[in-house]
Amino acid sequence: MAAARVLQAGGCYRRRPLSSASSSASSGSGRAAERGERPDSVGLGFRPPAHSHSDWIGPPDRHSNLRPVIFYVPPEESALERRLREARQEAQASNQRFWARHNRAFRQEKEEFIYSRLKAKGLEMRDESGQKATLNAEEMADFYKDFLSKNLKKHLQYNRHLHPHTNKFYLKHSTGGQSR
Amino acid sequence: MSAARSCRPPRALAGLFVWHLRNTGARQIPCRFVHLHHVASNRLITFQYFNFLKRMYVTQCNKDLSQRAKPKSDSVVSPFHELQQLDQEKKFVNKISSVSPVHQSWSEMSSRKELREIKSAAETEDSVIPVGAESKEDRQWKEMKLRLHDLPGILARLSKIKLTALVVSTASAGFAMAPVPFEITCFLLASLGTGLASCAANSINQFFEVPFDSNMNRTKNRPLVRGQISPLLAVCFAASCGIPGIALLTLGVNPLTGALGAFNIFLYTCCYTPLKRMSIANTWVGAVVGAIPPVMGWTAATGSLDAGALLLGGILYSWQFPHFNALSWGLREDYSRGGYCMMSVTHPGLCRRVALRHCLALIGLSAVAPVLNITTWTFPVISLPINLYISYLGFRFYRDADRSSSRKLFFCSLWHLPMLLLVMFTCKKSLVEKEDKGWQGVCALPGRCHPALHPALLPGAASPAFLQGRIAPGRVWEVPVAEVGSDPSGWKKCSRTSYLQT
Repeated sequence: MAAARVLQAGGCYRRRPLSSASSSASSGSGRAAERGERPDSVGLGFRPPAHSHSDWIGPPDRHSNLRPVIFYVPPEESALERRLREARQEAQASNQRFWARHNRAFRQEKEEFIYSRLKAKGLEMRDESGQKATLNAEEMADFYKDFLSKNLKKHLQYNRHLHPHTNKFYLKHSTGGQSR
Repeated sequence: MSAARSCRPPRALAGLFVWHLRNTGARQIPCRFVHLHHVASNRLITFQYFNFLKRMYVTQCNKDLSQRAKPKSDSVVSPFHELQQLDQEKKFVNKISSVSPVHQSWSEMSSRKELREIKSAAETEDSVIPVGAESKEDRQWKEMKLRLHDLPGILARLSKIKLTALVVSTASAGFAMAPVPFEITCFLLASLGTGLASCAANSINQFFEVPFDSNMNRTKNRPLVRGQISPLLAVCFAASCGIPGIALLTLGVNPLTGALGAFNIFLYTCCYTPLKRMSIANTWVGAVVGAIPPVMGWTAATGSLDAGALLLGGILYSWQFPHFNALSWGLREDYSRGGYCMMSVTHPGLCRRVALRHCLALIGLSAVAPVLNITTWTFPVISLPINLYISYLGFRFYRDADRSSSRKLFFCSLWHLPMLLLVMFTCKKSLVEKEDKGWQGVCALPGRCHPALHPALLPGAASPAFLQGRIAPGRVWEVPVAEVGSDPSGWKKCSRTSYLQT
């Protein structure tokens, strides 16, 4: 079933509106898909072996901590399957963008906070032995609280996108397709 | 390593599941550290009991290479406790005070080093990957194919088997505390049904939270995050546990228990999980999730929701707060980055106040137990020392608000609950009630029973329950002396009913 294929890889971040997925990804990946290649492996620096017929999952991305998945494109992939695969890829890409940006912002703001606090205390970023100076957990707590409340709205929006389209998405595509 | 075997006895508690732990580095750490800790600290019983609950994690200590093992928390509040446990993932933390860095697993250390390298690289915006690292990267890519011999271990991690075992044990405690004769088949059916429901809820929770789990240290090695199992299979597994589990509870025990089980799954997956990222109210919802299993055990035994069930639920509810709040104190960074709204991050003062408040509530609830005739008066007396101790630690946490007090409170909560339930069971009030009303019988059948199974009562002595064709288990039915007479010979003994002479 197509729903089965959707569920087979990629966790809950597949739930994206289908229209945006197919419009953005279809043109580029269409030609490669016909040749039986995996179009999204290009940017990731890894190519799964040609004989393999399953998806491949990689190590966690250094920014987003999400593991990229290279989807298998069967040579006789139907149009519906292609749309599903592209939807999954698009969902994966949007999750990747969100978390990479979010984590980078976190790290940056954390560094700035530590720097400003250390400065207020009259200390340098590195002490005599060259080690990076850190604040203890209680001092960092202020930063965590602040960061969470600043980003709450962003998270709420992200969560809203994550979940509501699931049922419509699966029900719409629960017919046809092949299961693995 | 023998550490793996040291984990077995407690795992026997889970009993129904047999699985094989793969001998990979990260997975082996908990047992190894448990073993070391066990040797180091001599707290044999506690850690033998709890090491199946322990997960280890390694964290940096002052950014130098000496890494201290930190407990790896699992879900808190077990889904039934988390399902029961808040979280509600129950997090069980293994306390390791002085573990030498040598014992760090090689893979953990190398991944930590990698992480540090990655972090510094990110900071300098360096995107050049040296050629030599490419093949190492390539080796980290895994084919997403299901390997059958891995499946039991993967499913155990997916269903958070340790947490489920704890949930089942609280449900069993609820069953045991019910004032009815112990019925083994009902007990086993209720435990199995609760366990299956808990597995289902945990699996669905993991399915929903993949991107968040990827970003938190505690949860980044879960099966769905690592791609060891496809989401389809995870959902199928959840359905194949949940549906039979609830059906078993509804049909094999009674509909009330089944309804409670289904409600708890719903509360955990559809209320607690989204609320975690919306408001701090999630902790209270999670506490309810954790309180329901003992109520389910009680209703499985008696068929009705009475004061005793609510008291047991209340005790579990109150216990959740010192447990979870103390645990969440050490996870503030991950919660903040992951977007989780937890009291420890947003309202730290409230976090500590609530923990202390509920420690004190435990003392009060223990005193209510004899009033409701669940236990004798020895229970509040015997449980007072342990309740006072956890309240003292709760007060220290409230006052000091630091890492060591939160850890102490958390570890105390781990042994406090089983001990409290054990003391409660030993102080359970005995079944027989003396009433000057002629003969009394207590039906020990689970679910419903047909009057044909019961002995023929003297004519005219049918109780309303018989007229309806059913009698609830545990219900005491009486026949007035005037109808029976003082001669018990009119009663025939049913094989499944115990008779008590007044």
